[in-house]
Amino acid sequence: MSDKNSWSVEIYPVKSHLKIDFKTLWSYKDLLVMFVKRDIVTVYKQTILGPIWFFIQPIMTSFIFMFVFSDIAKISTDGIPNLLFYLNGLIIWNFFSESFIMTSDTFFSNSNIFSKVYFPRLILPLSKLVSGILKFSIQFALFIAVWLYYLFKNDGLLNPNYLIFITPFLIILIGLIGLGFGLIVSSITRKYRDLKFFINFAVQLTMYLTPVIYPVSQITSNNLKLLLKFNPLSHLIEAFKFSFLGKGAFTFNGLMYSFLFTLTVLFIGIFYFNKAEKDFIDTI
Amino acid sequence: MSNEIVLKVENLSKIYKIGEIGTGTLSHDINRWWAKFRGHEDPTSKISQINQRSQVAKSDYIHAIKDINFDVKNGQVLGIIGKNGAGKSTLLKIISRITSPTTGSIKAKGRLSSLLEVGTGMHPELTARENIYLNGSIMGMKKIEISSRFDDIIDFAGCKMFVDTPIKRFSSGMNVRLGFAVAAFLEPEILIVDEVLAVGDVEFQKQAIGKMKDVSKNSGRTVLFVSHNMASVQHLCDTCMLLKNGQLDSLGSTDLIIDKYLKINANQFSFERKNNFDEIYVSNLEIESQKGNSIISGEDIKIFMYYKSNIIDPEASYEFIIGIWNENFAEQFMLTNNYLNELIKLNSPTGCIVFHVKKLPLNIGSYTLNTMIKKNNMRMDFQENIYSFKIDNNNYYNSGISYPLNYNGIYVDFSVNLKQ
Repeated sequence: MSDKNSWSVEIYPVKSHLKIDFKTLWSYKDLLVMFVKRDIVTVYKQTILGPIWFFIQPIMTSFIFMFVFSDIAKISTDGIPNLLFYLNGLIIWNFFSESFIMTSDTFFSNSNIFSKVYFPRLILPLSKLVSGILKFSIQFALFIAVWLYYLFKNDGLLNPNYLIFITPFLIILIGLIGLGFGLIVSSITRKYRDLKFFINFAVQLTMYLTPVIYPVSQITSNNLKLLLKFNPLSHLIEAFKFSFLGKGAFTFNGLMYSFLFTLTVLFIGIFYFNKAEKDFIDTI
Repeated sequence: MSNEIVLKVENLSKIYKIGEIGTGTLSHDINRWWAKFRGHEDPTSKISQINQRSQVAKSDYIHAIKDINFDVKNGQVLGIIGKNGAGKSTLLKIISRITSPTTGSIKAKGRLSSLLEVGTGMHPELTARENIYLNGSIMGMKKIEISSRFDDIIDFAGCKMFVDTPIKRFSSGMNVRLGFAVAAFLEPEILIVDEVLAVGDVEFQKQAIGKMKDVSKNSGRTVLFVSHNMASVQHLCDTCMLLKNGQLDSLGSTDLIIDKYLKINANQFSFERKNNFDEIYVSNLEIESQKGNSIISGEDIKIFMYYKSNIIDPEASYEFIIGIWNENFAEQFMLTNNYLNELIKLNSPTGCIVFHVKKLPLNIGSYTLNTMIKKNNMRMDFQENIYSFKIDNNNYYNSGISYPLNYNGIYVDFSVNLKQ
C-alpha cells in the first residue's frame, strides 16, 4: 500500500479536457439509473392519467399538425397517411429537442447539487439522454401500432424495407447530436447566460429547417435544398422515413455525413463540458 | 497500517477573480487564452495577492488559498478552523472535487466522500424510499449498499411509517433527519464534513455529534471536520489546523490550535459615543473575560463601566444600566444596580462600576451594549450601541452542544433528573 501508485483518488489542476474516465463513469452507473428513474417518475406524479400522457402528447400534436399543415396549409405528405407522417416526424423531433434542451441546462439547473457533491458531471447529461431514449421508446411503440394498422390495411401506401434494421443506429445518432450540442451550450451558458434565451428560438427554427412537417421532395428552392443537405438531422429523419414508410430522400453519403457530424459535435461537446465542469462552480 | 498517510495535500493554491463575473469576462478570457497560446504563463497567476480582506485589493485576482501542505494519517480526525474567509470552504471544496485547484495536488487512499450538506438532490415529489436511493447514489453509494442499509437508515431517520410518502409532505425537520440518516450510513474511508451539524434541532445535533464520534473513534475512519463551533471541534478532533488569510497558519493538537485561534480572532470590541451629556456620562467600557480577548458563553465575565462626572453630588443616588441586544436588536438582558437594591453614591468625578456576570448565558453571535445613567431616577446619559462584542464559542453546558445557529435564545443554568 505504501508505493506511490496506490493512491485511489488524485486531484490535480486540469490539464487535458478530452479524457473521459470511463472507469469512474461506469462505477456511477447506479446513479445514472436513479436520475433516469427520477426524471421519468416525477414528470407525471399527481396526474390522473400518469404515463398515458407519453402517448397523448404526440397524438394530440399530430392532430394539430394534420389540421394546420395538411388541411389548412395543404402541405403534401408524399402520399403517406397524414397521421403516420406527422407522428413519425414528431416523435423523432421530440426526441432530438428533448436530448438537446434537457442537456443544455445541465450546469444551470443542477448547480445546487454540483456545488455540494462530487460525481462525474457527465452522468447527468447522459441520464437525460437515457430518459429521452426511454420516452422515445414508449412513443415509438405508439408509432409502431399506428404503422401496423396502416400496413395491414394494405392499401399499398407503405413500403417498408430492410433499412428498418439500421433505425436504432439512426436514433442513437440523433440523440448524440442533441447531447453534443447540449454539452456545448451548457458549457457556454454557465458563463454567458445570454445563450439561454436564444435556445428556444433556435430549436423552433431548426424544426422548420428539418423535414419534420414536410417531405424533402416538396422543396423546390435551391437554397433550402442546400440547407437541408447540410442539416445532419434531415438525413437521419429521411432515412428513418424511408425505412418505415418507403418514401424519403435516403442517401448513403448523407448518412455518412450525419455520422461524421455527430462524432465531431460530440467530441467538441465533451471537450467543452470537461473544461467547464472543473471550475464552473466558481463562475456560475 | 494505522500510521499510514491516507490524504496528502501538496502546494495547493486556488485563485479567484474578484468582482462580478459576467461583463468583461470575454476579453479576460481572450487575454488568458492569448497568453497560453503564445506559451506564456497564465497572466492571472502572477499578479494575485494573498487573501486579506481588510486590505483593498491590488489586483483583480486573489488567492483563496495559497501553498497549503499537509498529510492526514489513517484514523485521524482533523479539525479545520479559521475566520470567515480564511479559505476553509475553498479547501473543502477542492478536496471534495467540487472545484479544481489552480496549482498543487491532492492524493487520497480509499473512498472519499464529502458531507457539505444533508439531503443533496432530494426531490420533493419522490417518496422517502425513492429519495433514500437517490440521495444515497448521489453521495456515492452503490444500490446494493443502500439496500443492505435501508432498514437502518429508516430507523435512524425515524420515519418508518412514512416510507412511501412523498417527502414534500414531511416537516422540514424530518427532511433534514432523512438526509442525515443517509449520510450517516455512508462508509467512506475518508469523510469530509462541513458545518452540517449546525442545522436541525438540538436533539438532532446531539445525534449528529454522537454519530460523528462513533464514525471516527470506533470505526477508525479518517475525518476532516470544518467548523466554527470550537466546542464541537474540541469534542471531536485530536488534531487541528488553523487557516489564516488562505494560508496554513499552524497545525497541532486541538487545544493548542484553538487557543491560538481565539487569540488571533481577537474580539473587535469597539466603543463609540454618539452624543455627549455634560453632567455625567459613560467614558469607556471594557469587558474582561477569562480567555483574554475572546468571550465564551458560559464563562464568568466582568463589565467595567467608566464614568466621568462634572458635577459631584454626594447626596444623589445613581443608577447604572447596561442593556445587551443581539444582532437583530432584540433585548437579551439588562443589568442595573437597582435590581439588586444597591444604592450607588458618587464622590469622585471619575470612576468605574463593575458588573459581574456569572455563567454568561448568551449564544454565539454579535452583541451590542446600550448604557444609561440615572441620577435620582432622572435620565442623565443614554447611549445606544455604545459598545459591541462578539462571542465566538460556547461552552455553557460543557457538553459541546450549542443552540442551532438561527436560534436566538439565551442559555439557562438547569439540571434534569428522572423522578420515579
